[in-house]
Amino acid sequence: MPDAAIEFRAVSFARPGGAAVLDRFDLRVPPGEVLALVGRSGAGKTTLLKLVNRLLLPDAGAVLVEGRDTRDWAPIRLRRRVGYVLQEVGLFPHMTVEDNIGVVPRLEGWPRDRVAARVGELLDLIGLEPREFAARWPDELSGGQRQRVGVARALAVDPPVLLMDEPFGALDPLTRAELHAEFRRIQDRLRKTVIIVTHDMGEAFALGDRLGVLDEGKLAACDRPSAIVRSMHPAVRRLLDAVTRLP
Amino acid sequence: MMPLLSFWLSHRAELVTLFAQHVLLVALSTLVAAAVGVPFGIFAARRPRFGAPVVAIANIVQTVPSLAMFGFLLPVPLIGGVGARAAGFVLILYGLLPIIRMTIAGLNGIDPAIREAGVAMGMTPRELLWQVELPLALPSIVAGIRVAAVVGVGTATIAAAIGAGGLGEYIYRGLSMVDTTVILAGAIPAAILALVVDGALWWTERHLSARKTRRSRRATTASAAAAIALVAAVLVGSGVVTARAKGAIVVGSKNFTEQVILGELLAQTIERDTGLAVERRLNLGGTLICDRALAAGDIDVYVEYTGTALTAIFHQPISTNANTVYATVRELYARGGRTVLPALGYDNTFAILVRGSDARALGLKTIDDAARQAPRWRAGFGYEFLERPDGYPGLAKAYGLQFRAPPSVMDLTLSYRALAGGQVDLIAGDATAGLIKGLDLFRLDDNRHYFPPYDAAPVARAATLLRYPQVRAALERLGGRISAGDMQAMNDAADARHEDVTQIVRQFLRARLR
Repeated sequence: MPDAAIEFRAVSFARPGGAAVLDRFDLRVPPGEVLALVGRSGAGKTTLLKLVNRLLLPDAGAVLVEGRDTRDWAPIRLRRRVGYVLQEVGLFPHMTVEDNIGVVPRLEGWPRDRVAARVGELLDLIGLEPREFAARWPDELSGGQRQRVGVARALAVDPPVLLMDEPFGALDPLTRAELHAEFRRIQDRLRKTVIIVTHDMGEAFALGDRLGVLDEGKLAACDRPSAIVRSMHPAVRRLLDAVTRLP
Repeated sequence: MMPLLSFWLSHRAELVTLFAQHVLLVALSTLVAAAVGVPFGIFAARRPRFGAPVVAIANIVQTVPSLAMFGFLLPVPLIGGVGARAAGFVLILYGLLPIIRMTIAGLNGIDPAIREAGVAMGMTPRELLWQVELPLALPSIVAGIRVAAVVGVGTATIAAAIGAGGLGEYIYRGLSMVDTTVILAGAIPAAILALVVDGALWWTERHLSARKTRRSRRATTASAAAAIALVAAVLVGSGVVTARAKGAIVVGSKNFTEQVILGELLAQTIERDTGLAVERRLNLGGTLICDRALAAGDIDVYVEYTGTALTAIFHQPISTNANTVYATVRELYARGGRTVLPALGYDNTFAILVRGSDARALGLKTIDDAARQAPRWRAGFGYEFLERPDGYPGLAKAYGLQFRAPPSVMDLTLSYRALAGGQVDLIAGDATAGLIKGLDLFRLDDNRHYFPPYDAAPVARAATLLRYPQVRAALERLGGRISAGDMQAMNDAADARHEDVTQIVRQFLRARLR
């Protein structure tokens, strides 16, 4: 079945220290799907994302993006087709909001006015008034605004694939709920192939078309949210219990 | 304050030249140090295994005192020797460490998440460096350049010791004349220059690190451009100045009053008798610096003393016959392509000096008399005298001298003041020093004839004399024309009455050597 946007085929990966992170790991993400991957801290979620945009290469097996092995992609080419929203946002502190969002278009050699038009479009999309926010510096933004800019930056050249590493982790619950809604609204328009990793089962339910549960280097479960709720896998139950057991 | 102002006013052309030389030296060497140090720092930050030993070496270089560094480089071809080129090289060496270190610190201080964001967005290593790493490390790099420039302003004053010019020339001249006004005439502008450089670069650094609107960043760029234009203007200007000062014949001298006067005397004689342009590189430090500069062709002629040449340069045993010494030295110099011209006519032997009051109270006449007092005395000697084979070690043996404590090392010209002020009780000065009379010092008789003769004679490069026979003729006419009394009077005029050396020499030549 060649129509998966992202596919892991029996991927094994160990950290340089020796501990195995992924062990003959299989995963298929069809185009336009949001896959939310949940796992405890240290379960290898970030590693998994880095294998997609070739920040890391698998020890065994293969990762395919748009049907092509990441080993065969030119790394720069691949990374510019894969938007990446980082855990700590990673906005460049020496660039304004507009320059941050325009980084990849400028790397791609877009003319100046096209970059400016695209930045305006994206600011509208993420709900930040361009005239007010374009010239701001990252440290003049709230945490939620910074996250939005991080998303806009990842979307700048309209990449078919988006990777998001704990994108809303550091936000207060209200802002997080707001951004979840925002994300669904944007995704309904853009239909990207998205992998979101998070340690928060609630977030995974809010965002994912499908949920994957990562446990000891393997996919313990991967299904629609309604099916996951009924799963009896112990690792899945543990994560579910953490969400539902309210005081 | 008034004497200082009038000194600056009467020397304003020279002050401008020296100031321009100073700025030129510091600006050029800092630019080169930055051009080398920043790429080096980038490389070292990426390869710590290579970077760590490099920084360690740079650290060691930094601990070498700058004067010693100038000394080390004297015999090195191309980069060594005397003059602005060698000084620039030393300044570059000293500038490299802070620049390399601050470049590394700036790059290592970048949040790894930000670097990772750049890589994940598909930046090539080069794009990452230029668009992310360098802009973020820039304030730190500028801070390193600032340290290098400010240290450079200070080190450049010491560079005057090897004839690089700059404001240090007034400092050395002032030290050798024991004239605070002249020292301050160089030290104050140097200090102001250091403060201005520090302030300007601090301002740049702050503006680069502060978050700011695009407009003010543009303003920073504009002022940086203006500053560069200003430096460029000074460079061109001083280039013109130095080009004009560059002469066919280069006259050198050591760094004490009598030598500066003799250097000026040779220079004026050559200018007057031959019409050739003369470049003065006076105040060049000690005997060995002058000798190496002559051997390397950095200077064409300077005045040496026969006994000094015999012992300190050629390491021959001491002889007390003036004619034998002159003939031996002339022969030895000739082997190295250098020509000793006729002696000027006086013997500047070492004079063992005590206070006039002590001599009268204790009835001291000879060094033997003093040797009996020595166990209760302290002595102070110039560095050269302590080290030379014809200096203190031999003297102590010849007279059985034993002081209360080992002799202290001090600047030769300062030692006269130290003796008069009672900090020491016995010094070794020059027989022709003007200060002997001025400070009421008493010269003890060398009753055991320990010191060899020190007849002053110009030593020149044979090649220069072949090319300009008129220079040889001019210098030969000076033979036997300066008595010990003449020399002492000129030294006295410079040291005690603070007259201008150029004027002293002009008057002497007009009166005695028409």
